[in-house]
Amino acid sequence: MSEAGIVIVGAGEAGARAALALRENGWTGAVTLIGDEPHPPYERPPLSKAVIVAAGELDPPTILDTARMRDNRIDFLPGATVVRIDRGAHRLALADGRHLSYSQLLLATGSRARPLAIRGSQNLLYLRTYAEAIALRRRLQAGMRVGIIGGGFIGLELAASATARGCEVTVIEMAPRVLMRGVPEEIATTIADRHRSAGVDLRTGVGINGIEAQDHRQVIVTADGARIVCDEIIAGVGAVPETALAKDSGLDIENGIRVDGHLRTSDRDIFAAGDCCSFPHALYGDRRVRLEAWRNAQEQGATAARNMLGAATAHEAVPSFWSDQYNVTLRIVGLPDTAVSTVTRRLGDGACLYFHLGADGRLMAASGIGSDSMIAKEIRLAELLIARQRQPAPDELENPNVRLKSLLNS
Amino acid sequence: MSSGWIEACKADDIDAEDVIRFDHDGRTFALYRSADDEYYATDGLCTHESFHLAEGLVMDNIIECPKHNGRFDYRTGEAKGAPVCVNLKTYPVKVEAGKILIDLG
Repeated sequence: MSEAGIVIVGAGEAGARAALALRENGWTGAVTLIGDEPHPPYERPPLSKAVIVAAGELDPPTILDTARMRDNRIDFLPGATVVRIDRGAHRLALADGRHLSYSQLLLATGSRARPLAIRGSQNLLYLRTYAEAIALRRRLQAGMRVGIIGGGFIGLELAASATARGCEVTVIEMAPRVLMRGVPEEIATTIADRHRSAGVDLRTGVGINGIEAQDHRQVIVTADGARIVCDEIIAGVGAVPETALAKDSGLDIENGIRVDGHLRTSDRDIFAAGDCCSFPHALYGDRRVRLEAWRNAQEQGATAARNMLGAATAHEAVPSFWSDQYNVTLRIVGLPDTAVSTVTRRLGDGACLYFHLGADGRLMAASGIGSDSMIAKEIRLAELLIARQRQPAPDELENPNVRLKSLLNS
Repeated sequence: MSSGWIEACKADDIDAEDVIRFDHDGRTFALYRSADDEYYATDGLCTHESFHLAEGLVMDNIIECPKHNGRFDYRTGEAKGAPVCVNLKTYPVKVEAGKILIDLG
């Protein structure tokens, strides 16, 4: 066996980014990237959108192809599952019987779709992987009746994509409104209206009693007594961090694999990054957060790589999130629930920015909705204001004639 | 195919440390003015998911695509890390009599 190097468990956004970052930061030892899917690392955001609506079947949107992994001397093990970490011996056991030594280990195990545990739920569809996206795409045919359980991001993006494929879509959300978690109400309302105008039957505040079979179809039985007959039912009720491996090896767990501000777990030779970990966010008083977001996975992968090489960099990137539905993009930077007031800037054409201010007037978060060409750059500037902990005057934030870039330099 | 030097816009059409879009003959470009009033031109679309870079943010010598934060050095077109790995094509630019000219080759 070759010399023990850095091993990365999980070949998603965080793991792939970390592998590259190790090379960019000068690491010349071995890098092994272990993925449990058969494909080279690919981007997940298109799975609920482009991959579903494309005229043909798209290949996985690859982050790191075989040639680039070879050029960077990344030893990629696809279709491999790590079943055990022997922390004392610095050794991993794989499901196929192989063993692998590591000097340092990065857990980038991601998250998985939360299973919906209700009566009759065994035939529900979920979306997490490319294979699941392709399977969904094949099933969603024009004219079909599709039930979507959950009005979060996955549920709503799939509602838009299924509508684009000509399906008749019903979305059922138990909470009083869609996007309850982390999305300001103004934006959730705009998104809900957009879905309704596209013909989606969106029902909020509705619980589900169970799923029943009826003439080769499935029926969602709601708590208010409605029976919604569906050809297919998709559940999008959140994700759970993939922590089993870490937990079994005795690492601290707290809403994900618990890491410190440098993304180090309770074992000094093991780091974690991406959806699977919770970390104290320095910008928000070290509040412990776990983020399920593409940008975060990328940035944490890079931070973890640098810290494995001795950098001791705190992870302070502003949380950043986007969702595309129909021709509308929603963007959120920062943590809106840390704010006490909101200032609105209307950009025209229905595009809107919301600035979420803390008790001391500090910009804690910003959110925007509209076409991306109207909001993307503005939200990026807001992100820089948040990172610099600025306290912009509310009347300037409100006024679309005041350039955000000028607030950055003031 | 167009070739040679094409007049794109007036020098004053671009603010310092900013970018605008320029379309010509079915192609789209991004024209930049640096903080120290140098002018540059690149292909218009980000090499990641084809979002127009003229919607992006210019900071120092970097153009950042606002869609997914792909970054390029707009002077050389060099991709500066995830999620972009394909460089941007650049074009020679000159200023004559207050006009920006771009050499489309």
